[in-house]
Amino acid sequence: MPSSTRASRWPTCERAADRIRRHRGNRTGRAAATGFWRRALRHRSFVLGAVLSLLVLGAALLSLVWTPWSAYDIDVASKLHPPSAAHWLGTDVLGRDIVSLLLVGARSTIMVGVIAVGIGLSFGVGLGLIAAARKGWTEELIMRMSDFTFAFPAVLSAIMLAAVAGPGMVTSITAIGIFQIPTFVRVTRGSANAIWAREFVLAARAAGKGSFRITIEHVLPNILSILIVQATIQFALAILAEAALSYLGLGTQPPQPSWGRMLNDAQTLLFQSPMLAVYPGAAIAIAVLGLNLLGDGLRDLLDPRLARER
Amino acid sequence: MADGDAPLIEVKNLGVTLNTSRGPAQAVRGVSFALRRGETLGLVGESGCGKSVTALALMGLLPDSAVISGSIRLDGAELVGLPDSAYCKLRGNRISMIFQEPMTALNPMHTIGHQVAEPLLRHTGVSAAQARQEAIALLDRVGLPDASKRVDAYPHQFSGGQRQRITIAMALACQPDVLIADEPTTALDVTIQGQILDLIADLVAERGMSMILISHDLGVIAENVERMMVMYGGTVVESGETNAVFTRMGHPYTQGLFRARPRLGARKGTRLKTIAGTVPELADLPAGCTFADRCAIAEARCRAALPAVVDVGAAHGVRCIRTDVSMAAGGVGA
Ligand SMILES: Nc1ncnc2c1ncn2[C@@H]1O[C@H](COP(=O)(O)OP(=O)(O)O)[C@@H](O)[C@H]1O
Ligand code: SF4
Ligand SMILES: [Mg+2]
Repeated sequence: MPSSTRASRWPTCERAADRIRRHRGNRTGRAAATGFWRRALRHRSFVLGAVLSLLVLGAALLSLVWTPWSAYDIDVASKLHPPSAAHWLGTDVLGRDIVSLLLVGARSTIMVGVIAVGIGLSFGVGLGLIAAARKGWTEELIMRMSDFTFAFPAVLSAIMLAAVAGPGMVTSITAIGIFQIPTFVRVTRGSANAIWAREFVLAARAAGKGSFRITIEHVLPNILSILIVQATIQFALAILAEAALSYLGLGTQPPQPSWGRMLNDAQTLLFQSPMLAVYPGAAIAIAVLGLNLLGDGLRDLLDPRLARER
Repeated sequence: MADGDAPLIEVKNLGVTLNTSRGPAQAVRGVSFALRRGETLGLVGESGCGKSVTALALMGLLPDSAVISGSIRLDGAELVGLPDSAYCKLRGNRISMIFQEPMTALNPMHTIGHQVAEPLLRHTGVSAAQARQEAIALLDRVGLPDASKRVDAYPHQFSGGQRQRITIAMALACQPDVLIADEPTTALDVTIQGQILDLIADLVAERGMSMILISHDLGVIAENVERMMVMYGGTVVESGETNAVFTRMGHPYTQGLFRARPRLGARKGTRLKTIAGTVPELADLPAGCTFADRCAIAEARCRAALPAVVDVGAAHGVRCIRTDVSMAAGGVGA
């Protein structure tokens, strides 16, 4: 704190500096939104991340209407073919076309990611907003509960859930989703608390608004960009968790193709046909890398404080 | 309204304890005053003296961890300890507040029309269309040019002075009985400060509101309120009719503030006098007179206990045990 006598003696100088600073900090919202796409296209990691993520999304969408072969047809006679004109990346141990498996696998991956992140978002953001709005013991309780949940990694909760409900896609989605909740609770509460401390919230309260309205009208819109970034990164984590669970046999069940499942199948043939592990591994890496780059790019582009420095 | 003499707001022995990084500390002590309908009261002191904390206590907007003692009555009804849900019905409706920072007091995501109409929709039974009409009328009244055209614009499209006009419109939407203006012009250009203060004064007179005007600037207080309180270290060190206080300043702190005021037209190179030292942090407040560390005439007994208020004139009180010395020394000029 500078000496307050000085502050009152030289009000205008300090204030002028303040005003300039604030004015620059104020380019959020609509003003910045117009320039968003222009800046985005110049942002390298955003562009690369978007391209890779769209590649995975495109593969999943394509698999809905077309695959070179059926990903479910087993043809043991043509097993472990090397890449050829008919099978671009060859076939697996059951004679299924690798390209088709990868395409359909992208679909499982995206589905698991979307639903799990959806679970994490809806519960996590809700609880985080409540914690920030209510404070006191409500906040304490929510945070302790989320610490407790966080202590169980997705794999562990999936094993426990699988023991109760049996392994499968629903089990793994639920486990991953639950695992995502605490992260969203923390991120939401942290950024919501920062908004609650802002003067326009005080002004809104002074105007008689209750905490529900303030949460909906002031807090949520102002933390949206942070949540979008976090969701992108959580999506990557969900994909990794799904691959791990399927690899362990707890996730997507055969005959439904999944990248983790393909890794698992490739394991026994690692010395005979190593490429069988490389393809799904690369697919997972592309998806995770793409989403992480996208998240980083979005963080730079959406965070007004960072954007200002650019 | 029937009983013109009963105070609209009556504060008795208000105390606020806040949690600071160094443990709980008394931010406000023993603040008492009464405000009748239509009266204006000024609250002046350097920054960090507890002016905003006092205002937020009146609004019920202090953090949950704050402990409030004493009594705040609005039309006879006790506000200390009122649940937030009940307070919500008063805020913006019977007591309104405008803040220092018009840049941040408006939500960047909503149109100004929406923000001005919102309190009307919530507290009164008007329709959306009526609220919008009312918002335009208010924006027009506070001097926003082209109000009917700009009602759907966003806050960032306005200058600081215009935004403060908008927050004033917001605060006045429901015709509150009391307006608390916390340094409403501190963040504005000097040229605009006067206009905004005039606007507030006009609106207060026009609507018969009571006003508590907070400022660190004695000049602002002198020109805009009938009565004033000087705050230091969370206590009111001097209070009285503005004229009486400016004619016979009793407290060494008030005198110091007056000497330290920036003067227009002062010769170049003239050094501003200041009060030596700085406002103490809450946790460092001295036990006795809060001003003792900076007071030129402090004695050992000043630090023994919080001095009582001494009457030095009609309704003019000074919290100092050496008013005989401070006022004899020529007061203001010394
Ligand atoms: N929420 C808070 N928690 C802890 N200390 C606070 C809080 N708000 C204000 N203070 C402290 O209380 C004192 C009075 O602050 P304030 O009322 O804002 O002063 P001012 O007279 O400038 O309006 C200051 O020392 C400030 O640091
Ligand atoms: S009580 Fe003592 S220290 Fe306080 S203002 Fe008076 S003379 Fe100064
Ligand atoms: Mg203040």
